[in-house]
Amino acid sequence: MSEYAGMGGGEGGRPMARCIRHACAFCTLLLAALLVNAARVQLVQAGTYTGNPANRRAAIARYQHPRGDILVGGEPVTGSVDTHEQLRYERTYRNGPLYAPVTGFASQSYGTTFLEHTEDGVLSGTDPLLQPLPLWNDMTRGRSPGGNVVTTLHRAAQEAAYRGLAGRKGAVAAIEPATGRVLALVTSPSYDPAQLSGNGESTASAWARLNSDPEKPMLNRAVRQTYPPGSTFKVVTAAAALDAGVVSDPDARTDSPDPYRLPGTRTRLTNEADGCADTSLRDAFEWSCNTVFAKLGVDVGVRDMKKTAEAFGFNDTAVRIPFSVAPSTFDSHVDQAQLALSSIGQYNTRATPLQMAMVAAAVADDGRLHTPYLVERTTRRGGETVSGGGTHPVRQVMRPSTARRLKDLMTGVVREGTGTRAAIRGAIVGGKTGTAQHGVGNTGVPYAWFVSWAQADDAVEPGVAVAVVVEDASADRGEISGGGDAAPIARDVMRAVLGR
Amino acid sequence: MSNAGTAAPTARAPVPVVRLSRRRGVELSLIVLAVTLSVYGYCAVGLARAGRVPPGALAYGAGLGVLALVAHLAVRLRAPYADPLPLPIGVLLNGLGLVLIYRLDLETPGDRAAPAQLVWSTLGVALFIVVVLLLRDHRVLQRYAYVCVVAALVLLLVPILFPAVNGARIWIRVAGFSIQPGEFAKVLLAVFFAAYLAANRNALAYTGRRVWRMQFPTGRVLGPIVTIWLLSVGVLVLERDLGTSLLFFGLFVVLLYVATGRTGWIAVGLLLAVLGAVAVGRVEPHVGGRIADWLHPFATIEAGRGPNQLSQSLFAFAAGGLLGTGLGLGHSVLIGFATKSDFILATAGEELGLAGLAAIILLYALLVERGYRAALALREPFGRLLAVGLASILALQVFVIAGGVTGLIPLTGMAMPFLAQGGSSVVTNWAIVALLIRVSDSARSRYDGTEAP
Repeated sequence: MSEYAGMGGGEGGRPMARCIRHACAFCTLLLAALLVNAARVQLVQAGTYTGNPANRRAAIARYQHPRGDILVGGEPVTGSVDTHEQLRYERTYRNGPLYAPVTGFASQSYGTTFLEHTEDGVLSGTDPLLQPLPLWNDMTRGRSPGGNVVTTLHRAAQEAAYRGLAGRKGAVAAIEPATGRVLALVTSPSYDPAQLSGNGESTASAWARLNSDPEKPMLNRAVRQTYPPGSTFKVVTAAAALDAGVVSDPDARTDSPDPYRLPGTRTRLTNEADGCADTSLRDAFEWSCNTVFAKLGVDVGVRDMKKTAEAFGFNDTAVRIPFSVAPSTFDSHVDQAQLALSSIGQYNTRATPLQMAMVAAAVADDGRLHTPYLVERTTRRGGETVSGGGTHPVRQVMRPSTARRLKDLMTGVVREGTGTRAAIRGAIVGGKTGTAQHGVGNTGVPYAWFVSWAQADDAVEPGVAVAVVVEDASADRGEISGGGDAAPIARDVMRAVLGR
Repeated sequence: MSNAGTAAPTARAPVPVVRLSRRRGVELSLIVLAVTLSVYGYCAVGLARAGRVPPGALAYGAGLGVLALVAHLAVRLRAPYADPLPLPIGVLLNGLGLVLIYRLDLETPGDRAAPAQLVWSTLGVALFIVVVLLLRDHRVLQRYAYVCVVAALVLLLVPILFPAVNGARIWIRVAGFSIQPGEFAKVLLAVFFAAYLAANRNALAYTGRRVWRMQFPTGRVLGPIVTIWLLSVGVLVLERDLGTSLLFFGLFVVLLYVATGRTGWIAVGLLLAVLGAVAVGRVEPHVGGRIADWLHPFATIEAGRGPNQLSQSLFAFAAGGLLGTGLGLGHSVLIGFATKSDFILATAGEELGLAGLAAIILLYALLVERGYRAALALREPFGRLLAVGLASILALQVFVIAGGVTGLIPLTGMAMPFLAQGGSSVVTNWAIVALLIRVSDSARSRYDGTEAP
């Protein structure tokens, strides 16, 4: 310890240099602990922290750039506005209520619905297909500009349907029979999804107001509401009867009593029209004889009725256009009386307007049903196609001969039956009216239905199939019929598509 | 020291056995690098935010460059043998701090902090130059040990007379500028501790009674130092500035250990720290809350009250990942209050990533290491203890605040040296660097080719 001499040091204690080294090691240890901990936070825990719902970064990144647009007829029906707030771009809608059942809303507070939801990856720019090169955005930490979604909608048809409903409760669905392209999807009353775009107090109050509104403006009646299809279901029953060979000649007399006593019960089924007893399938179809079709359903039997109904799309829980469609139902656990009622679109038979448009479309396209779809293709911001609509399955619902006979029957309805108000000059129109009772003891105001298709005289195939439902169209029950309220709306939509 | 220089006699050094290279050229090149990096960061912010080089880039670079250059000239003139690293590290950290504050100012257009920080940085560098020019020998400070301690206590006590700001009575507001006198007290206390321990180290080390292999000093020797320590810690608890009290405590224990070589001091220190922590945690709800936050940073989120500052800070670090989002492109502003001061490191972590954060921490580590290296090279205990004290202040301060904002230890408010908004802190840190320059110059200019004990 002699080296301490003259330094004020002494024997016994540690040399100061050693203590300094210890202290230095201690400080180094502290700073090394910082580095290890920083690696823990920034690498190991980063995923958990970034995914924490309270972390606003994901939302900020999501709204940092304008959202892609949804296009109808080449024109965007959506937009984005720069709010200069933390969540920068907010969704805007041109003609929001008209397209609400298609676009849905894209809210900073309440998420997304319908196309805004199913196509969110493209619209928000997170879809990997939007990247110029694979893994590009992962490397650059960037986000592609939002892509566009091109829909199959027909602008004029959509407008005609909305105008036709004129604020009454109801819905319209129109399909191009040869492809399955959805041409119109309208619900009424509707709402402006722009009210829900933001994150402020006005958004919250709009949300509360829309949800508590007894008119349910946010309910997408065209695809998410099922109605008893009533007489329009007779198209399905007729298809089953013709396919199963129960009826071989539509013009032959049937063995149908009027009134018809439901099998195993004392309930007597009657008709609105006269002269339904033993009438031919054609006349029964034109004048919508319940007795004839109830008995036909029983004669066909539950197995074949179910088979045909499901071929049309009933009981299918997986319909996506690309957003999900409420399953339409045909109950097969029924006795004879229930089957009789089911066959005329009552009891547990329920259908969405889109489902009934599919029924009309299958008839129009010689028995082929093209799965309906709403997205033609998705594109980058600049317009290059990212993906087509994909392949859309086709299935044969009934024999082509059956479809041709049904076309003939439906044409008769419009020419001289209950659906004359749907006729269009210069086009062949086939349709079927329906008036469905509902409510406890049928006390509710009936729904007016009309399903139809139309083929321009100079066209080789029908260009449009449409289904219209109008709820409580009028308080006077006599006035409510598919022919009176729904047929003119269907006619306007078909005219818009055919350009007549 | 292992620096081998060219052996040549010189008339300048007191013990001219070995003539070392002065390495001022190294210092100058590193300063140029530091200024370039800072200007690059400043431009990167502008390019990321507005797509163009910010209009003040040239003025900023020129200002920082001139300050650094003048400081360098002062070192060349009065401390030619000084360590070439502390000054460039200070310039780089200060420049980076200005960039980060400027970047955060863009998020808060109504509350700009960068201009004031630039003024304070200028004052800091001015103080640096004054210290380097006027303080020819650090041993002079030994004479003013008691002046220092009185001044330190006064500085610590003054803010009690002023209204509390954000729950802590550590600021005084004069003519629009808020000053945090406790920051200056750090250096003064380090000087006092070093001087006192250098004078009394033998008494502290060799008197007293032995309890189970540990030597505890007598009350007579220990009295003054414990009194002063208690007083300063008491004042800080009253002012609710726990980070600084933790810093003083750590400094005190490190210096006692280095001065006496007694592990007993570490035992005493740890015991006191535990007792103090428990007592303060019980008494102060403020402190208890900080500990609860540290244990469960996301408790407020789970309770539905949204993320607190610490969880926002952790989110910011996590968002940075390995390489960061890039300057100007992060969202550390979500932290809210104190983003530019206590939480400045979160911005660095988010925008520069773990890579940038590691670089910053290594810069601090390098600065601390240079302090310890000077301490090892020096011959007299006061200089050694002073260098150890100054280096430890930096290390402890970085640990307390960086550990706090990354969730390693409970969060206590404290300024990240050089980076954080806070004029008093910047000025103090420049004083620390000036003193390190001075002691390293003494160490190397008197180097005789042998290693000190």
